[in-house]
Amino acid sequence: MNSEVNKVKHYVIIGNCVAAVGCIEGIRSKDSEGEITVISAEKRPAYCRPLISYYLEGMTDIEKMSYRPADFYDRMKCRVVYDTATDIDSKHKKIHTENSGEFAYDSLCIATGSSAFVPPFEGLETVKKKFCFMTLDDALALENALTDKTRVFIVGAGLIGLKCAEGIAQRVGKITVCDMADRVLSSILDESCASVMQKQLEENGIDFMLGDSVERFDKNKAFMKNGDEIEFDILVLAVGVRARTALACKAGCRTDRGIIIDKYMKTDIPDIFAAGDCAQGDDMLSGEKRIIAIMPNAYFQGFTAGENMAGAYEAFDKAIAMNSIGFFGLNVMTAGKYDGEKYVQLDNGSVKQLYIKDGYLNGFIIIGGKERAGIYTNFIRERIPLDTVDFETLKRVASNIAFSNETRRKKFGGVV
Amino acid sequence: MKRIFVNEDWCLGCHLCEYNCAFANSGLTDMTDLKGKRIYPRIHIEGNDRISFAVSCRHCTDPICVKSCIAGAISKDGEVVKIDKEKCVGCLTCVLVCPYGALAPNENGVMQKCELCLENSCGEPACVSGCPNRAIVYEQRGE
Repeated sequence: MNSEVNKVKHYVIIGNCVAAVGCIEGIRSKDSEGEITVISAEKRPAYCRPLISYYLEGMTDIEKMSYRPADFYDRMKCRVVYDTATDIDSKHKKIHTENSGEFAYDSLCIATGSSAFVPPFEGLETVKKKFCFMTLDDALALENALTDKTRVFIVGAGLIGLKCAEGIAQRVGKITVCDMADRVLSSILDESCASVMQKQLEENGIDFMLGDSVERFDKNKAFMKNGDEIEFDILVLAVGVRARTALACKAGCRTDRGIIIDKYMKTDIPDIFAAGDCAQGDDMLSGEKRIIAIMPNAYFQGFTAGENMAGAYEAFDKAIAMNSIGFFGLNVMTAGKYDGEKYVQLDNGSVKQLYIKDGYLNGFIIIGGKERAGIYTNFIRERIPLDTVDFETLKRVASNIAFSNETRRKKFGGVV
Repeated sequence: MKRIFVNEDWCLGCHLCEYNCAFANSGLTDMTDLKGKRIYPRIHIEGNDRISFAVSCRHCTDPICVKSCIAGAISKDGEVVKIDKEKCVGCLTCVLVCPYGALAPNENGVMQKCELCLENSCGEPACVSGCPNRAIVYEQRGE
């Protein structure tokens, strides 16, 4: 008997969020015996990061926020080490940690995620109460500092800054959000859709200072570039995030904004994979290497990495940007690229914009609709040619009626 | 596993499946109590003046909703895809990714989908037993 065949593999995952859980489940889908060690800098089991604003809003609690049931790690026969990895020695295939010594690996997944980017604002050190909004600990610290009189100043009108604003809106005196961009949610919305969402936020008490940025801080005051001044009690910095690539760099992995991976989630160093917000993989639509820092992507990448760490050869090559996010009851769903011929449908306060290019659906923005938008998303991900369906019907309503009878028979008369 | 399949040639578009579904999951004892109320069934009829068919969760072999849920609220219990209503925050990410349009929120904004009537009083899918034309069936196919 070949002893290699029976050798128990040692898997190590650095990080313990969604990509890590995906990785564990990916490994276990192929290998029930190998040893899995997770090195987690955050001292909690995996939880749902995007839910921290829902926590502040009172819509969930810490127990419900856990990403998997309490027995998950046991069931997956997975050891969790709550410590910080300090170095990866890719030559000897070892990981060094702060307090727990070394861990040898046969196969490693770097799932270190991202951290808040804090620009070097002048005078930032004079601000006493300042927070980021990335982790549950951030949310708990922020919660602890709030009163119903607190004036909150949020720098950054992106997904993180605005979800933070919504989360605390009922618990504070005043919220003002500034952003260098001239519109809210500039990474996912065009001008007209952004103004719809801005109005929704303003109607719920959020004030904006857009197209402007902070020049300097002095204690409880921000001095803006355009000359305005604003006083606040609490500062939230939600300018942006940066992939945590330092460990991967030490291991010798090629990095750009993130850790460069191929469609098998491999870095260019043997037996090192990467997944999640720290990884820069192929964007299906642009063909470029891009960080798509969304939760589903983290899971898909993590799962694929896990499968391949366990010896499979699975590709994940359908990464697209997509988001579903709501503010005070108004939801916006976006997917793909806003590139191509634009179809616009306005209906009772809802907005739908589809982008069609070269006979394919390339992207969409849908605000307030009750649409079954996944049908559109599937057109983007699967590159379904629009001339194979009744697009006139499809563009009005996302529905299965647009497909041919034969396709429908497969979908609803077969196992998918 | 047994799944729900539809045959659109036999579907009348009568919407009875939607009522049977809503009733089976309502906890009510008299179906007429649904009269005049807005219902939130986990199956819905799609169609036009020529074709109609019922759409409900396909319980995919590789369900994208499970992998995408940002609240860890959707899981596969054996072969059945289920939603933990306590964990769901109603972000609609599952709606954004389901290729079939099989999920929709209930009256409280919490997501719901077909769970094959396995945990309600019905015992077998109410849409199937109530379909007058056998346009919806519950059986094992091609596995």
